[in-house]
Amino acid sequence: MVLSGALRVTEAGARVYRRTWRASVISTFLNPVLFLLAMGVGLGSLVDEGGGGADLGIPYLTFLAPGLLAATAMQTGAGDASYPVMAGIKWRKTYHAALATPLDVRSLVIGHIGWVTIRLVFVTVVYAAIMTAFGATSVLEGLASVLPGVLTGVAFAAVVTAYTARLERETGLAALFRFGIVPLFLFSGTFFPVSQLPDTIEWFAFVTPLWHGVSLCRSFALGIDPRVAPWISIAYLIFWVALGTWLSIRLFRRRLVL
Amino acid sequence: MSYLVEATGLVKRFGDFTAVDGVDFGVRPGEAFGFLGPNGAGKSSTMRMIGAVSPVTEGELTVLGRDPAVDGPAIRARLGVVPQEDNLDEELSIYENLVIYGRYFGLPRKVIDPRIDELLDFAQLEERRHSRVEPLSGGMKRRLTIARGLINQPELLLLDEPTTGLDPQARHLLWDRLYRLKQQGVTLIITTHYMDEAEQLCDRLVIMDKGKIAAEGSPRELIDRYSSREVLELRFEVGGQDSYLEELESLASRIEALPDRVLLYTDDADETAAAVHAAGIEPEYTVSRRSTLEDVFLRLTGRRLID
Ligand SMILES: Nc1ncnc2c1ncn2[C@@H]1O[C@H](COP(=O)(O)OP(=O)(O)OP(=O)(O)O)[C@@H](O)[C@H]1O
Ligand SMILES: [Mg+2]
Repeated sequence: MVLSGALRVTEAGARVYRRTWRASVISTFLNPVLFLLAMGVGLGSLVDEGGGGADLGIPYLTFLAPGLLAATAMQTGAGDASYPVMAGIKWRKTYHAALATPLDVRSLVIGHIGWVTIRLVFVTVVYAAIMTAFGATSVLEGLASVLPGVLTGVAFAAVVTAYTARLERETGLAALFRFGIVPLFLFSGTFFPVSQLPDTIEWFAFVTPLWHGVSLCRSFALGIDPRVAPWISIAYLIFWVALGTWLSIRLFRRRLVL
Repeated sequence: MSYLVEATGLVKRFGDFTAVDGVDFGVRPGEAFGFLGPNGAGKSSTMRMIGAVSPVTEGELTVLGRDPAVDGPAIRARLGVVPQEDNLDEELSIYENLVIYGRYFGLPRKVIDPRIDELLDFAQLEERRHSRVEPLSGGMKRRLTIARGLINQPELLLLDEPTTGLDPQARHLLWDRLYRLKQQGVTLIITTHYMDEAEQLCDRLVIMDKGKIAAEGSPRELIDRYSSREVLELRFEVGGQDSYLEELESLASRIEALPDRVLLYTDDADETAAAVHAAGIEPEYTVSRRSTLEDVFLRLTGRRLID
């Protein structure tokens, strides 16, 4: 019952996307090209020449690409769980409309996260293809980072959905990106190993879901030994998915069922 | 069971605030039942409880023979809902809004598509089938919301202020559509703060004020019970009416002094007008009319429906 309802919500997400896909598809393709070009190729050549390559043991582009895939998944997951959720609750009130049908709050939340998951598969597969085209990884290496990438994105989607469900105003969303997503993007091991950071910040990085996502993607794709066993990282991300989903259901109920 | 919806001692609280304060009513199959009341009376709160989207705080409520707290999804599957505020997806087309809603009810596409054809015809939106919703007029959006509420062929349609904010032409078109639904056997529950809407559409209604039901009956019964047959309205120059009130009182069975006019309740307004004239009272203008539900409301609450 809950699941068949959730599927219908996911389907609605796809239908809405059919209207709005253009802008997002462009950024799905352009984003990896720009980043891999600027950071991977441009900055990477400096890093490799300057001896950074020796430290990493692999070309900087290769080091960067799987981590960037995880970071992009995070941004997609958080993005799709913020403004669209605010719209459903407050601006367009489409969630209110959905709840007047046989659907319930659980279906609504799970179906929404389901749709974001499908989007994440698409975004990460495109990313993997582009990083392969750049010669950063082989096709198989690229594909190997898709699954942990999606998991990372879903973890953020679930948590950000819960966060958004509590917000009265959209300023909270800008703050989330400024003080949450952007710092994570920069300091979770995407661009450099967190061992380069002072120890306290390094410890902080281990707590963030993104660090685990990056670590998983990198070890799945490149066979690099991660600093934390992969099953711990996977379990940790699944924990965030479960927590975020559970919280979202509770908060949606509080917000929408009055 | 003779009632499609039945409430006993129904209460809705938001924190300390009591929005619906122990109401009793029953809606019979096939009728158009109204909640008439001013802003904040508790109409929407009641509707949302009937719609099984808002939990009952206290009291008994059965909808289609079921308890909304237990069988919410099963009840909602058989209801159509037109909320007070349109909550269409304005980015999408009319058609897409209807498809998505139909899918929420679990209907297959081969059922939804022919139904959409019928509903667009019914709502007179055929030519706009693939237009985005956002630029549509208020009346069109309202008709689309009603069409959307009918996608599951509901037995019971809940309409929360279906015509508020529409111009007279759009209202009459909507009334006509609702009338047709009723003829097809759909039970309607309508909230409104327009007494003419209640008189036009409702077989039976309750007058609601401050969370309570003040009276219940058909429009005719309510007028007969709480008002006179006719009303004479007198308007005086600004500040001029107070000095006449005492004298006017002796000329009618009851009077009601509003800020801008005096209402005289009487069985024959023209006769009363003659008596007013004979008494040497010269208002700026006079209107004779039949009693309406507005008069009933005024009588029951001492206030007007729309301020
Ligand atoms: N979610 C809520 N939280 C707190 N108070 C609420 C909530 N919903 C409604 N109320 C209050 O309950 C009272 C009744 O509201 P309701 O919307 O049921 O009235 P109404 O008769 O539909 O009025 P209107 O004609 O303005 O639509 C109002 O005072 C309103 O402020
Ligand atoms: Mg209302």
